[in-house]
Amino acid sequence: MSWGAPEAVAAVMLAALVLYALSGGADFGGGVWDLLAFGPRAAAQRRLVERAIAPIWEANHVWLILLVVLLFTAFPRVFAAASIALHVPLTALLIGIVLRGGAFAFRQYGPPRPEYRRRWGRVFALASAVTPVVLGVVVGAVTSGDVRLAGGVPVGGFFASWVGVFPLSVGILTLSLFAFLAAVYLAHDASRLARDGAGAGAAAAGDFAPEVARALAEDFRRRALVAGAALGPAALAAALTAGPGTLHFRAALLGSPWSWPLQILTGGVALGAFAALWRRRFALARGLAAAQAALILAGWGLAQQPYLLPPDFTIRGAAAPARTLELLLAALAAGSVLLFPSLAWLYSVFSRPAPRPRPRAG
Amino acid sequence: MNDVMFARGQMAMSLAFHIVFAAIGVAMPLFMVLAEVQWRRTGQADWLALAKRWAKGTAALFAVGAVSGTALSFELGLLFPGFMEHAGAVIGMPFSLEGFAFFTEAIFLGLYLYGWERLRPWAHVAAGVVVAASGVASALFVTLANAWMNAPRGFRVVDGAFVDVDPVAAMASPAAAHEVVHSVAAAYMATAFAVAGVHALALLRAPAPGGDGPGALAAGALRAFHRKALGLALAVGVPAALLQPIVGHWSGQRVAALQPMKLAAMEWLVETRAWAPLRLGPLKVPGGLSVMAYNRPDAVVHGLAEIPRADWPHPLVHRAFDVMVGIGFALAGLSLWAAWLWWRSRSRAPKADASGAAPVGWADGRRFLWATVLAAPLGFVALEAGWVVTELGRQPWVVYGVLRTADAATPMRGLVVPFVTFTLLYAGLGLAVTAVVWRHVASTLRPAPPAGPRAEHGDHDDHGDHEHHDHDHHDHEHQDEHGPRPSHAEDRGEGRGGEDP
Repeated sequence: MSWGAPEAVAAVMLAALVLYALSGGADFGGGVWDLLAFGPRAAAQRRLVERAIAPIWEANHVWLILLVVLLFTAFPRVFAAASIALHVPLTALLIGIVLRGGAFAFRQYGPPRPEYRRRWGRVFALASAVTPVVLGVVVGAVTSGDVRLAGGVPVGGFFASWVGVFPLSVGILTLSLFAFLAAVYLAHDASRLARDGAGAGAAAAGDFAPEVARALAEDFRRRALVAGAALGPAALAAALTAGPGTLHFRAALLGSPWSWPLQILTGGVALGAFAALWRRRFALARGLAAAQAALILAGWGLAQQPYLLPPDFTIRGAAAPARTLELLLAALAAGSVLLFPSLAWLYSVFSRPAPRPRPRAG
Repeated sequence: MNDVMFARGQMAMSLAFHIVFAAIGVAMPLFMVLAEVQWRRTGQADWLALAKRWAKGTAALFAVGAVSGTALSFELGLLFPGFMEHAGAVIGMPFSLEGFAFFTEAIFLGLYLYGWERLRPWAHVAAGVVVAASGVASALFVTLANAWMNAPRGFRVVDGAFVDVDPVAAMASPAAAHEVVHSVAAAYMATAFAVAGVHALALLRAPAPGGDGPGALAAGALRAFHRKALGLALAVGVPAALLQPIVGHWSGQRVAALQPMKLAAMEWLVETRAWAPLRLGPLKVPGGLSVMAYNRPDAVVHGLAEIPRADWPHPLVHRAFDVMVGIGFALAGLSLWAAWLWWRSRSRAPKADASGAAPVGWADGRRFLWATVLAAPLGFVALEAGWVVTELGRQPWVVYGVLRTADAATPMRGLVVPFVTFTLLYAGLGLAVTAVVWRHVASTLRPAPPAGPRAEHGDHDDHGDHEHHDHDHHDHEHQDEHGPRPSHAEDRGEGRGGEDP
């Protein structure tokens, strides 16, 4: 297949999806661990999650907005068709997004009363757990080849294309992936807090005293191992339940020139992430887990080619006029010059430990 | 109500909800960064307290704006896929640019809110400036898209398809300039008068000046704090409100040229005529509408009777227009009053002392303060009314003169369900936001100087920092050592002063 502006925009969209999963997806995963917090350190686990996502979740969330905007600018017919056929799950997704973000903000900025924080915290946690499943259902439906319109209305009605075992399996896979990423990131954050705290005295680590932070790192290490182990069965379930509409997808995933190198690389990275977690090499585990998620999504995107929404819309066939795509690519290039250094600054500022309090003046 | 009406209802409700937070997201960062600049310049702790308070308000409301804005970008397709299918390639460009502007705003707001301790002073101020600028850029881009819906350019329609697409021409719609200036000024005006109203109320409730002893000293400090906030809010709101009638007149002329039937609906002019009157409540100004639209009292203004009855916009356009114009003049009048008070105080009042606590503030008059309190919600009412005028006045078209709203709606049935769901969801969010904002305002109104150490002890979560468990602790220590008012030198030291109240 020859490469042109439509493929370039599609590649950018795939990159945005990967970045959304690695950043925004992990923020949702953080909410899952808030929901599943238990044991003597449940409160500390929740505080670690809040501390990790508070400064960055809004910025991370914008990847999703960018994805939607790119879709309707560059592939407006696909956006319209998917919006019609997937009206119900997309509406559910929105409700989840609105509740998650709103509840997190209210918990953070509302009255500090414990019962108020607990109530909004519960909404935040539940919405964080349900929304990734719905997102995965949408991705599963898009992959299934069942999202089709005839005469402007969905073939089989407004439910058939996304109510099924396959979309649900993709939903659970998505949830496991986000939870896995979050647990690995949190284990890394906690281990850094433990190290910095031990070096600089308890004050620098705040209420994450070194021994608490060390225990938290262990908590999230165990969670990461469990969530990572769940990825395999979830992926297998999705593979086994895929319907006839995914014939092209499966053939491409398994029979392309890039298939086996990618599969082997993904498997190797996954094993590496596991081993790094096992051996408590948290920084390495974080990088490998992110690479694993990126490779899974890249494989999905490559196997979807040349389709954007199979079987009726290819990347080439559904693309907006060339003038729109060229301008869009120019804007993306200019925008990334602005965006990536800013993001790098954001992440670097908040990955450093907080500065120590000033030495006391006499 | 049929499904199209529910689709329109859901879109209208989502926009009406979002626009409040969008406007605050445009304007509030300016207040927060101006207050910080004042603090860095003067070293007065009041300004730092204000910057933190406003930053915290910005943060809570920005989050709601971010999620309700996400909902909108999906709802465009969920409710009006026929619109997006045709318009996406033409007008997706400003949405994409808006995406980048929003990204920038979110990134730098994160840096600003959580970076008080971690960034150098200049970098922190710069982050705030970027937040304020990208908020305006967001408003600019998204308004360009709306301008195109009102005066579409940059394409031709052949057999129902949009061809010869030119996104640059589409962004340069002839409705763009006035819509952008009118919207951005409205955002500043609405937010500024809302902020001014809160601090005016606080000044009214503050103990009267005069007397001596520690009580009087505290009262003086309290008044000085609120005067600073009120002054800054009015410094933004007054120019915006004085500019707005002029921009409004310009907008009226552009609407007359581009969308004559919207103009007719705004004044509910049925018959085409010269000397078209302007009705302001019971008052009827002969030729007023002709002047508004064409600058001549004898100009012919087109009436609604020129188009089929079924295509007339809803009469609510007329009511909303009257509300918007009425409030616009009221706020402009209040602004003239404020400008006069300020000018008079400059020419006769004694200079403020070094602490900034003048014995009498220029805006201390009770009548003026009460008027400002009453004006607090008006800017947002006018903003919503203006939005009703431009959106409802565009009907029955989604792309004016090209694509009808009813033809663009989703074939999905039973839209009453998402309509009711989102209405309940936003009603719940609205209540929760109101509770958070109310608490924020109530803590401002509490009769203790918010800049002083006491208030910070009792209200430590006012820090813009999520690691408050951590900082509580240091702050107590700092306050004990430095006393209530840290000296300038310490306060400005190495950016770390950010945590000192």
